[in-house]
Amino acid sequence: MTLLLGKYFPILVFMAIAIVLSAAFIGLSLLFAKQKPYAEKLSAYECGFEPFDDARRRFDVRFYLVAILFIIFDLEVAFLFPWAVSLWRIGAFGFFSMLGFLAVLTVGFVYEWRKGALDWE
Amino acid sequence: MFWQDVTTLSLTVLEALAILVPVLLCVAYATYAERRVLAAMQSRKGPNVVGAFGLMQPFADAAKMLLKETIIPAGANRALFLAGPMLTFILAMVAWAVIPVNNHWAVADINVGILYLFAISSLGVYGIIIAGWASNSKYAFLGALRSAAQMVSYEVSMGFVIVCVLLCVGSLNLNDIVLAQKTIWFCVPLFPMFVIFFISTLAETGRAPFDLPEGESEIVAGFFVEYSSMSFGLFFLGEYANMFLMSSLTTILFLGGWLSPLPFAPFTWVPGPIWFLLKVFLCIFMFFWVRATFPRYRYDQLMRLGWKVFLPISLFWLVLTASFLFAFHLLPHKLA
Repeated sequence: MTLLLGKYFPILVFMAIAIVLSAAFIGLSLLFAKQKPYAEKLSAYECGFEPFDDARRRFDVRFYLVAILFIIFDLEVAFLFPWAVSLWRIGAFGFFSMLGFLAVLTVGFVYEWRKGALDWE
Repeated sequence: MFWQDVTTLSLTVLEALAILVPVLLCVAYATYAERRVLAAMQSRKGPNVVGAFGLMQPFADAAKMLLKETIIPAGANRALFLAGPMLTFILAMVAWAVIPVNNHWAVADINVGILYLFAISSLGVYGIIIAGWASNSKYAFLGALRSAAQMVSYEVSMGFVIVCVLLCVGSLNLNDIVLAQKTIWFCVPLFPMFVIFFISTLAETGRAPFDLPEGESEIVAGFFVEYSSMSFGLFFLGEYANMFLMSSLTTILFLGGWLSPLPFAPFTWVPGPIWFLLKVFLCIFMFFWVRATFPRYRYDQLMRLGWKVFLPISLFWLVLTASFLFAFHLLPHKLA
């Protein structure tokens, strides 16, 4: 076992234990509890109504917009992680490059704000 | 060689259980503590019947949950429907591998610990989206959308806050992050970030006042409306385990992890893990306290706070921190 694998190996063990535990919880409940399904019980909950139609339908585009904004900013964070730990060695060049990058993103952020992409009425 | 591997494996399994069993116990008793604390804050008694002071209540709840029928709606995708809660629970457990409760006491002392935690907490969205979509119910679907949008919104500012701390540490290792706070806990110099981080953890775990994903009064229970029995129980356990995880993260990043509040006796006589636990419990208590105090946010207020308040402030503070450390040549360098 190499050193790198050795350090990450416990995570695999944790995952295995968690998978076994969660499967056991659900399995035990299926085993011990009395299962008595019927059509009414198995229909989707809709405040006492019969379900009108399929639930997978169109949804508000703003959720999609949030997802896109999230990708931009999360990528930015992903760039900042290595930058933050190596700032001492990349010097002024590295520092000001990142400031430039952040400035560009801030311009984009201000644009989104002004366009109302962040508004939920 | 073979026996050596077997010993390593069984030792690792034991270490993992030594973390996970206390976590699950804490989770079980957190549900009890929450009800007691909320009751005390509202001049009620709370659960006090099952066992002495109601201390057996969590076990009664677990038994009840186990003995209920698992209902899988007819229109649902059966496999995904069960995969959602399992994923939530698994992620909430797996993250504990890297948490150091004392100096070098993490089961997996990896050099990118904080990145790993950030990644695992990002993956948490999948459990919710899968559950909401697989249920094939309108409430579940809406709840999942809301919950996902909320989690990703606050994750961004959490990321900036974490980078602020990293600038002061110069390492991604959680152990190094705690040791860097020997002189002063980061909650003092980075106080605004500490506040933002704590509020973001509330939003990230879907706790009050940001419990819109559940929103009983409008979308009944959000993404887990169709869940029953242990499949609901896994969500429940996952949510509380995440609360503890986020509290541990707050403790590690801002409250000096296992370090004692004052660096001399008698404070240093108390072992590190005790300090760590006390700080985590303090954070958890704050979660309950906030829940008893504040009414629920509206969805537009929630998004406004995340994108228009926290994001600009944390970004600004990040640049400020970096500039300050850079200008005064205070940048730490651990990698040398």
